[in-house]
Amino acid sequence: MKIGIPKEIHQGEMRVATTPEAAEQIMKLGFSISVESGAGLGANISDEAYQEVGIEIVADTRALWKQSDIIMKVRAPERNLKLAIEETDLLSPHSCLISFIWPAQNEALMQKLAAKHITVLAMDSVPRMSRAQKLDALSSMANIAGYRAIVEAAQYFGRFFTGQITAAGKIPPAKVLVIGAGVAGLAAIGAAKGMGAIVRSFDTRPEVKEQIESMDAEFLMLDFKEEGAGAGGYAKTMSKEFIAAEMALFAEQAKEVDIIVTTALIPGKPAPKLITKAMVESMKPGSVIVDLAAEQGGNCELTEKDQVVVKHDVTIIGYTNLPSRLANQSSQLYATNLRHLLTELTPEKNGILNVNMDDEVIRGTTVIKEGNITWPPPAPKLSAAPAPQTEAPAYPSVLEQQKKSIIHPVVKQLLPIVIAGLVLFGLGSVAPESFMTHFTVFVLAVFVGYQVIWNVSHSLHTPLMSVTNAISSIIVIGAIVQISTNSTTVTILAGVATLFASINIVGGFLVTRRMLEMFRK
Amino acid sequence: MSHSLVTMSYIVAAILFILSLSGLSNQETARKGNYYGMLGMAIAIIATTLSGSVTAFGILIVALIIGGAIGARAALKVEMTQMPELVAIMHSLVGMAAVLVGYANFMDHDITITGVEKTIHELEIYIGVLIGAVTFSGSVIAFGKLSEKISGKPLLLPGRHWFNLGLLVASIVLGAVFLQQVESGGDAIIPLAIMTAIALVFGVHMVMAIGGADMPVVISMLNSYSGWAAAATGFMLSNDLLIVTGALVGSSGAILSYIMCRAMNRHFLSVIAGGFGTASGGEAAAIEGDVQPIDAEETAQLLKAAKNIMIIPGYGMAVAQAQHTVYEITKFLRDKGKKVRFGIHPVAGRMPGHMNVLLAEAKVPYDIVFEMDEINDDFVNVDVSIVIGANDIVNPSALNDPNSPIAGMPVLECWKSETCIVLKRSMASGYAGVGNPLFVLENTRMLFGDANTTMQAVLKALQG
Repeated sequence: MKIGIPKEIHQGEMRVATTPEAAEQIMKLGFSISVESGAGLGANISDEAYQEVGIEIVADTRALWKQSDIIMKVRAPERNLKLAIEETDLLSPHSCLISFIWPAQNEALMQKLAAKHITVLAMDSVPRMSRAQKLDALSSMANIAGYRAIVEAAQYFGRFFTGQITAAGKIPPAKVLVIGAGVAGLAAIGAAKGMGAIVRSFDTRPEVKEQIESMDAEFLMLDFKEEGAGAGGYAKTMSKEFIAAEMALFAEQAKEVDIIVTTALIPGKPAPKLITKAMVESMKPGSVIVDLAAEQGGNCELTEKDQVVVKHDVTIIGYTNLPSRLANQSSQLYATNLRHLLTELTPEKNGILNVNMDDEVIRGTTVIKEGNITWPPPAPKLSAAPAPQTEAPAYPSVLEQQKKSIIHPVVKQLLPIVIAGLVLFGLGSVAPESFMTHFTVFVLAVFVGYQVIWNVSHSLHTPLMSVTNAISSIIVIGAIVQISTNSTTVTILAGVATLFASINIVGGFLVTRRMLEMFRK
Repeated sequence: MSHSLVTMSYIVAAILFILSLSGLSNQETARKGNYYGMLGMAIAIIATTLSGSVTAFGILIVALIIGGAIGARAALKVEMTQMPELVAIMHSLVGMAAVLVGYANFMDHDITITGVEKTIHELEIYIGVLIGAVTFSGSVIAFGKLSEKISGKPLLLPGRHWFNLGLLVASIVLGAVFLQQVESGGDAIIPLAIMTAIALVFGVHMVMAIGGADMPVVISMLNSYSGWAAAATGFMLSNDLLIVTGALVGSSGAILSYIMCRAMNRHFLSVIAGGFGTASGGEAAAIEGDVQPIDAEETAQLLKAAKNIMIIPGYGMAVAQAQHTVYEITKFLRDKGKKVRFGIHPVAGRMPGHMNVLLAEAKVPYDIVFEMDEINDDFVNVDVSIVIGANDIVNPSALNDPNSPIAGMPVLECWKSETCIVLKRSMASGYAGVGNPLFVLENTRMLFGDANTTMQAVLKALQG
């Protein structure tokens, strides 16, 4: 099947849905790929770079849409102002579209796509399951947004992030507050920490405390019991009392910190207002707020979408296209997410899409199947909530659970000693003296062996076996003393025994020597 | 040579053997120890030969030379990965030699002893042949299993414990018949021969019932038997050197078996009785989830980013002969200033210390090779651990699933490292036939393919 990658037309959108590296892998799945001329320019990928890996460059937008069985985009279809046509109209009927869709917010778009019998896979609807992580474009974009938020803040913030003591005086470190420790929040924490700032973070879900602390940031505790995790690992709306306590905490922090990054979002709802006008006023002059929720109305009352504004001496950044501001990186990650999705969709690697609705991941991602709206999907079977990823699972030891023996432990301990004593007694009462001398030697030798062998280094166990093998062929002595008798049978038997034992003597010592020669520091 | 001089030589030889074993306590003294062993053996053979009781020098020298040549050839040609097979087959030779010496001694009518001493002497012959025969046939089967000429799966006959018990009782009864025949001057060789046949069957049956994962125990147990066989021969011939040496080897093998059993948290008796995991109660938990594959390129990326790397080799590395490539990678990473260590499980491979020998062959310095106990607590600090062809020794269900056949066995806790890369030929389960939840953990990545080929690809990606 033919995949088409059109140039993004959304204002300020620099990303592209595939990169040459990802495209190479996709072509191995049996697809052919065409890219609209100039599609990668925003992400610093030239047409030539695509052509080098064997991708066709199509100059005409309409032709590209028309010839493609699958269209892969970043943004949801919208009106192409240059051609004065809706992108949905460009789609050929019964084709497939893979992009961000936001079905909840774009009812009309969904209806239009359904009417054209399109199969639509929405990258924003990938279920939050561990198996689907590799195609979770929301996470990979959020990661970039979080990083970029700190870079933007650094640009508008008038000081160093890291503290320094210089000949020209002491520079205090910047204090950064990150509200909401999802993927974006954690990325922001990491970036700010990397630049040397003091980072604090707050989240309504107590289970992310460990993740925040694993990034070496301080988790702001709220002395209030309420479970903040909703379905699918996202946050939910909290009670009034909780919000009041939370706002008090923010008001207090606002006076102290230099930079606030807000990432609080609740799926399908306008962003909660967490930073009030009064809080902004209380912040130190020159402080910076980066509002990652600007798209959904902003976490700060004074945020203006897509704008950088200065209010009460505080810079408030409301960019909604942060991933686009790191277009090369985000294109790479998004392209890889798409590649993984295609891999899931073509288990046969034959270049034919198989939208298998029994597969939980594909079922969740598919919002329209051949014209039938299948969104929203049935609730996921397992909530991907907790499973703290920073910590490996701790396994309780089962050693204690072993069954208790029926025999009393004291009896069990004494039994072998008693048996050994009886055996020795029995032996001593019948054995002749000549036997006893040998037996003394034997028992002492066993004890010497016991003491010596415990000291052998574990790594030398194989040489130990081969050398004991060699010396156990001391049995050759037994053969030698019998070799010179009158009986031919005995001589033959002894001769063969000597032969066998001498194989072992020479073989055992030589192979041990060979092994020991290899042990070098 | 006077009798006293021979005895004195034997004492010297015995001391040299003890020194030889105690030399193995560390790598520096081990080489010297091996030479002590050779010297002791030479003294013992020369003293015996010159003791005056030997006249058939021709046969003796021919046998020694032929045997020595075969042994030398085998020792110099063997691949380090085939050490377990070599050791197994050599055990069988000791067993065979013990049987032959026993028969020779039995047929030798020059010995003139009577009464209780004679009875004890005959009993010693009987026991020596018994142990020798079990060692012989058991080792041959072990060799077959290790070289994959025989299936590694345990062969569990119905009522096998009763069968074993029957064989034991038969041996005891035959022993009584044998002694009776000897005293009455009858044909005692018949019960002796029947017993030999029974002992051979017992050896075969015992090792057939033991699973491939228990091979390290079997090998060290047979090692022990070969020692006891030598000691029994020593009693038979009233030769203290044989007794001492046999006892040394016997206890050495017994201790090794014990260490191996402890490393698998299993009772010695249950290993010998055979059949893996037959004692466990409920069904082991099924393993569910998806594996996350990774390719050589990405592995190289991970390794480049890591500071602290742990490599866990298993039998798969031996099979693929990947140890040299692994060391190339180790060298490369160490030159880059990374901390690379090896974690060795006591039962990794098919015989005690198998992995150490392979790594030594690849010239991995032994001070970066660590025991499980030394290193298990350190996994939390490891960025990337690489499991090469190991399975059961890194199976978390040994710790968290009481129904798992390997429950309670100490394992290398590699899942505690940040990322765990598992090299594997396919998703088949390990020798123990147990599923491994490690493969589906969040922080595990699977690198499929032949260990050597994939490691070479990783090396290329690292260098490129």
